[in-house]
Amino acid sequence: MKFLVRVMPKADVLDPQGEAVGKALRKLAFSSLTSVRVGKSIEIDIQEPDARLAEAKVKTMADKLLCNANVETYSIQAL
Amino acid sequence: MKIGVLVFPGSNCDYDCYHLAAQVLGAEASFIWHEESHINADLVIVPGGFSYGDYLRCGAIARFTPVMEALRNFSDLGKPVIGICNGFQILVESGLLSGTLLRNTGLRFLCKDVYLRVDSNATPFTSHLALGSILRMPIAHNEGNYFVSRDEYSRLNSNHQIVLRYCDASGASRAESNPNGSYEHIAGVCNARGNVLGMMPHPERASEVLLGNQDGLRLFTGLLKQTVLA
Repeated sequence: MKFLVRVMPKADVLDPQGEAVGKALRKLAFSSLTSVRVGKSIEIDIQEPDARLAEAKVKTMADKLLCNANVETYSIQAL
Repeated sequence: MKIGVLVFPGSNCDYDCYHLAAQVLGAEASFIWHEESHINADLVIVPGGFSYGDYLRCGAIARFTPVMEALRNFSDLGKPVIGICNGFQILVESGLLSGTLLRNTGLRFLCKDVYLRVDSNATPFTSHLALGSILRMPIAHNEGNYFVSRDEYSRLNSNHQIVLRYCDASGASRAESNPNGSYEHIAGVCNARGNVLGMMPHPERASEVLLGNQDGLRLFTGLLKQTVLA
């Protein structure tokens, strides 16, 4: 099974990368832009026939390694 | 005194730290590879570099190595540990220290000398230094922007765990003297017990006359004296 784990900086954490990208987009005349946040996407392929168990394993991966709960949040999407 | 220097794939300040330990401090120094599960040392240095290529997050992957499990046991015994730069990042990722090191607010890799003020002598690295002492040493990092929640900051501050703050030459912490956007100008913190210190600046690069600066040495001299006397 394939999953997409999306890791994003928390709303109250400064995201200088997102700000820089936002500034660049404004320079490209996208004036209606209100905010840009930059996170990361991680594709996980796992050999586990039980979908619920597979997702639980991916959640453990996210909690242990993929996401730093101090400053990031994550979501998991089955592909 | 035995000083162990941890080595991860991608560590690049390990030899500098070894040199500091063996040649400058005159200690019995050794490298400790990340796959080792035993630490034979009185003090451990977690050196800077780019462990595991800084993939995912700085220090995130190094945290799960056998030597980090051994380091946890080592620090539980109250023995001194100092994490420098990427070493600091590894210590926060492993939960041995509070907080997170984010990308510098200016989005640039910074390599320059900064001034630091000693704001706590609750660690063996600063116990012999007067509060307010000013040290100059270099930083060299892209992710040195220390972040911590307001509540956690209050806890750290009241427990004397904020050890070093960025400041100017006169000792004042101002926005202009904060190189990377660190919360409350934090450059170094310790754990609740005080035996584990993490800092972004590089004392090992400022510990010899030849390097034009010996301020970094001051973090180690007190500790060395204590050990010798003990």
